Amino acid sequence: MNELSGYFRRKQFSRLMLVLCGIATAVVILVLIFILGYTLVNGISYLSLDFITQPSKPVGEVGGGMRDDIYGTFILVGLASIIALPVGLMAGIFLAEFAGPKAASAIRFAADILAGVPSIIVGVFAYAILVRPMHTYSALSAGVALAIIMIPVVARTAEESLRLVPNSQREAALALGISRWRITLGVIVPGAVTGIVTGIMLAVARIAGETAPLIFTALGSAFGVQGLAEPIGALPLQIYRYALSPYSDWQQQAWAAAFLLIILVLGINISVRLVSSRRQK
Amino acid sequence: MINNMLGQTVRIEAADPKHDGDKTTSKYALTVEDLNAWYGNLMVIQNISMGIGAQRITALIGPSGCGKSTFIRCLNRMHEVSEGGRVTGRVFMDGQDIYAPQVDPVSIRRRIGMVFQRASVFPTMSIFGNVASGISLARFWSRRRDLKDVVERSLRKAALWEEVKDKLDQPGASLSGGQQQRLCIARAIAIEPEIILMDEPCSALDPISTLRIEELMLELKKDYTVVIVTHNMQQAARVSAWTGFMLLGQLIEYAPTKEVFTVPKDKRTEDYITGRFG
Repeated sequence: MNELSGYFRRKQFSRLMLVLCGIATAVVILVLIFILGYTLVNGISYLSLDFITQPSKPVGEVGGGMRDDIYGTFILVGLASIIALPVGLMAGIFLAEFAGPKAASAIRFAADILAGVPSIIVGVFAYAILVRPMHTYSALSAGVALAIIMIPVVARTAEESLRLVPNSQREAALALGISRWRITLGVIVPGAVTGIVTGIMLAVARIAGETAPLIFTALGSAFGVQGLAEPIGALPLQIYRYALSPYSDWQQQAWAAAFLLIILVLGINISVRLVSSRRQK
Repeated sequence: MINNMLGQTVRIEAADPKHDGDKTTSKYALTVEDLNAWYGNLMVIQNISMGIGAQRITALIGPSGCGKSTFIRCLNRMHEVSEGGRVTGRVFMDGQDIYAPQVDPVSIRRRIGMVFQRASVFPTMSIFGNVASGISLARFWSRRRDLKDVVERSLRKAALWEEVKDKLDQPGASLSGGQQQRLCIARAIAIEPEIILMDEPCSALDPISTLRIEELMLELKKDYTVVIVTHNMQQAARVSAWTGFMLLGQLIEYAPTKEVFTVPKDKRTEDYITGRFG
């Protein structure tokens, strides 16, 4: 009898925990739906073709869009990728294929710390080493700041994907008398390519929404994209600026830009899902 | 006959032709002298010396963990790739010690091919690409039509051509287990090695695929020296000319296959082949 009541108690407890876990899961999903819904409702009314094809207008004039800031975001992401992809991929390959176990764990630790550095500190760093010596805010310094955020993400995901390639593949290729670097490029990297691409896209999605480092580096520009050594606008920067402005027109635009940014990042994430689900087939 | 470290009498293959299982040749493709191998501090191969006759099949049998796989991995310098892998001793091929300091292990592996227990087909490559990989990955650039003949020849030798000739561009991983293993053999043959090492090539295959691989081995020994590690004593008896019995990292007995299975010299060999242990 006593044993049986214990059984019922455990079963009750199990049911309770299950319900709590379900609620927690619902909270996670609801937060996402709330954010998406709120930006959608507030942003979509202002979103139009003009918004993505027109440059911004000075205060007081109605209308205007964020063409230059959208363009700027793409330039900054491109710049950061040009710097971060070779460095991150090569570091990932070195970590997975060539580094000894001790060196690898030290480098991995360093990369994880770099990935955890608050982005505002990365921005201050880029300000100190690039903006100050160049005496100007610039797209270049922003690209470098974003690249610093991107490198450890790319390196670690590349490393992890490469490690998933079974060792038997390396041995089989070695036994064919193929040199290490050709094995890496011809057998191991192709085997890990979907994982590597996934990592790159997630890193891009991450930096596309970064704001803090841009405050110190890109600054923003009221004159469009002028060059890599000049200040440049970017979507997150413009959201920050417009949302805090006292003009209701600008606040509207900030909502629209926020919605656009979410669509951009969401789009990348959905593509990642598609790419990685194709891998499983 | 020589004495090993423990003072036990060990047969090594004598130059005496009457001990030579295959009368067509008495030449050794590989001569192993005092080979020791370690994983970290664990000694897994102890003082093995043997001659491996050219153009015939030599089988290595023994219970799991006796070091037979490690031993053949020493023959093409694959053991040193494993973590903690270390080798001492000498292995001569054409009078050249493959462990001499100036020898590049990559060049040794091009002359001594290997087939593994699990078919290790490259999943990102087609059937064609798998067979050609040993060549195409060693060159900077190669055109498909330059590789076509080699691929066809290798697949024919591996008795796979008829089954795959119409689907060379399909992924290598789309083949069945037995076909994949033959694909790996074709891939190993394509670089035209002199010796092929097979590490339990049939242990993951069904009996029919096993039979096909065995027929293939008998065909291959016309052109190549074959060394096979196997758990399966019947297999060793069926295909090999000479058989070595290994136990705890030592070569206990090495003699023509018929002698090993009918009149083993060592009590432990007899116990093993009669199924009293292992």
